[in-house]
Amino acid sequence: MCDQTFVAATFGPCDSCGTASPLMNIYIKNEPINYCSFCMEVMACQGLQKGETLATLKKECESLKKKLEEDRGKLNDVELHQVAEKVEVVGALSIKTRRVLKGHTNKVLCMDWCKDKRRLVSSSQDGKVIVWDGFTLNKEHGMSMPTTWVMACAYAPSGCAVACGGLDNKCSVIPLSLDSNENCAAKKKTVAMHTNYISGCTFTNSDMQLLSCSGDGTSALWDVESGQLLQSFHGHTSDILSLDLAPSETGNTFVTGGCDKKANVWDMRSGQNIQSFECHESDINCVKYYPSGDAFASASDDATCRFFDLRADREVAVFQKDSIVFGASTVDFSLSGRLLFAGYNDYTINVWDVLKGTRISMMFGHENRVSRVRLSPDGTALCSASWDNTLRVIDIFCCFQA
Amino acid sequence: MTIRTARPDRVQHFRPRMHCLKKLEAMVVEMQDQKSGVKGSEQKLNVTTIPHVLTGKDIIAWIANKMKTTPEEAQTFSTMLVAYGYIYPLQNHKKLVMCNDSSLYRFQTPYFWPTQKWFAEDSDYAIYLAKRNIRKKGMLEPYEQAHYNHLHEWLNHKWDFIVMQATEQYKAGKERKKPDRVVFDCQERAYWIVNKPPRRTHSAIDCGPERLIDPNTDEKITFDQYRRQNMFYQQAIMRSKVKSSVSLGAVDLPTKMRVERWSFSLFELLSDLRGRDDFKIFLKKEFSGENLAFWEAAEELKWGTAASMTAKAETIFKTFLAPGAPRWINIDGRTMGLTVKGLDHPHRYVLEAAQTHVFLLMKKDTFFRYLKSPVYKDIQKKALNPEAHNFSPAQLEQNANSRSPGIHPIILWQQEEEEKAKAAAASAPVDVKAMMSKIDRKK
Repeated sequence: MCDQTFVAATFGPCDSCGTASPLMNIYIKNEPINYCSFCMEVMACQGLQKGETLATLKKECESLKKKLEEDRGKLNDVELHQVAEKVEVVGALSIKTRRVLKGHTNKVLCMDWCKDKRRLVSSSQDGKVIVWDGFTLNKEHGMSMPTTWVMACAYAPSGCAVACGGLDNKCSVIPLSLDSNENCAAKKKTVAMHTNYISGCTFTNSDMQLLSCSGDGTSALWDVESGQLLQSFHGHTSDILSLDLAPSETGNTFVTGGCDKKANVWDMRSGQNIQSFECHESDINCVKYYPSGDAFASASDDATCRFFDLRADREVAVFQKDSIVFGASTVDFSLSGRLLFAGYNDYTINVWDVLKGTRISMMFGHENRVSRVRLSPDGTALCSASWDNTLRVIDIFCCFQA
Repeated sequence: MTIRTARPDRVQHFRPRMHCLKKLEAMVVEMQDQKSGVKGSEQKLNVTTIPHVLTGKDIIAWIANKMKTTPEEAQTFSTMLVAYGYIYPLQNHKKLVMCNDSSLYRFQTPYFWPTQKWFAEDSDYAIYLAKRNIRKKGMLEPYEQAHYNHLHEWLNHKWDFIVMQATEQYKAGKERKKPDRVVFDCQERAYWIVNKPPRRTHSAIDCGPERLIDPNTDEKITFDQYRRQNMFYQQAIMRSKVKSSVSLGAVDLPTKMRVERWSFSLFELLSDLRGRDDFKIFLKKEFSGENLAFWEAAEELKWGTAASMTAKAETIFKTFLAPGAPRWINIDGRTMGLTVKGLDHPHRYVLEAAQTHVFLLMKKDTFFRYLKSPVYKDIQKKALNPEAHNFSPAQLEQNANSRSPGIHPIILWQQEEEEKAKAAAASAPVDVKAMMSKIDRKK
């Protein structure tokens, strides 16, 4: 993480109410002040002052937005593909589908790998969550959720539990046991509670905390053991469809993408929205951090994937082609970050060269839209989940060791 | 605050909300152009002659030519045209794919094109099923029968109207000329297969649960939302940004070997536990292991359970931060002051500033010395460069299938917990009195 953008977590007495709490540094008429989040909300919701109308506020908003774009433009002294000209071209990829996992009876909506690089969990429209062994196709655990459309699932970092959620508005954590006869679903524990469908969930660096995002426009951080809400994040003006945790050294931020065409970066400590990017023309379906944590990519219904640089605070690349007309629903980076795998609604997966902005190859095989692509933790295989009820484990570099 | 709780009207089913419809329509209009479009012909189908029929081959070739892409991509695109209902197959009408051979297709009439403005009405579907029921004399397909029964229950209040409409349309249909009637029936059937797909059919109209925001209306923004946005933009303008040449120039192109991966960044080294161990060995030699130990302890505090917070914070303070502590870390006065003050109200991120300081210390100084050290060079030499295997693909498959799944992560976790407990017991302060009494008893 670049030292220049390091935001010190200020903690101290609020300028307005005096209580000690995590502070947000905001500017009122170019004067910096430190307010706690409650006082900030109070200030925002005060009634209209003299001379203020909805129209004046809107005009101020537009002018500030324009100024921000100008500032960003001034620092734009080189384009990504110019920097990439010196870089050599990626060699031809040898792509082979190694496994087809069949077993779901309806659309597979989400999947996640375990850190042991072998197991994976998938969830589907039929309400089932299945833990597979990716090599032998063995179904290790199968759990039935009391809801259809389980849109989010995640594997815990320790490999001992999975989290899942969907139309039931809740995200539950299910501890896995070695005994295959035991009913795992009976030990399910409800952790996250939202007021609308859960669209994404992920564990943080340990099994103890869970991040969830929902169709109600908010995302939240929960303590798994107690089910307590640790921090909630408000700022999206419509459904949030996806979230990703930063892999950065200090690991304190995450990015969300939603139906308001915005991708927001949040600070997990204070609940503040640090950065926001509004470049897409339609709903953002998926967001994923670049391996170094300094950038992220997003996939949208407008048939483009975009690459945003967090330090330069702007969009640096757009991955699009005239022949690609259908929305992208999922993205993932290769281990080095050179390749971007994007799954589309036209049943294909495109592989893009991140630096040069060109498409390297296309993968066919699914019979319905690709809902999720995820690279395995060791970077050798890609798993794609699709609405044709199957998952595929694909070998990209043909380094499939015996 | 915009927390949405209202579910959209779920009586009517999926409303297509697609950004791509405009482009698709433009393409389909071009394809139907008299001069430059796809060439169709008349085909005989079950005694009747149907005009303007195209073969899959021709469509795919035309699209490949127009979009200047490969046949596979053209096939994908045309399959989507069928899945959305702009083109329908005459044979095999339940499989919505475009085949690159002489299978027959027709363009759908614009009346039946998918649109974002309104959705396929349930009452229209009921009328269609009723009409089909009359024609087939009660022999509907199973999925159609299921829908019919459901709609009969759900729209019972309108049922007389529906049956009346169905009979009227059926009679009107009979009065048309045979080819027209066949064409219209095909079109209507295709429309309903796309909008109410039978079980094994993949239709593109099927979008998943409704998103709560209506694509057709504009968002209404209230004044407090404007205020918040203004505050956010001001913050964003004031924030320091980096020039593109600086941030983009730092892109790495690593290779795959695990040991080289450690040399990319301190983060990679610490994330790989094997690398972390190696780094610890090096630090031991340098007598500066307390930095890493502090960093690990701070990580544990951050990600640990809420209940253990105060206890952990106290131990960390006693071990690393208190003046004269056994593993005192060397951080500047300001950070130390902030941290100690924060420990009065211990929360998850109280060690944030100190942890970052220590991390940057390690990154800027110790890490580079490690990379040049004999410890690292040694492990680099030792690191195995496995010989390329000569297994055939079949052998690889067999090997993979017979590979055991390895130790289950749950067992590994249990082992780790046991080891931690043992280590904690071993490092607990020795109770001298108990020891002495034990020795006394032995005597």
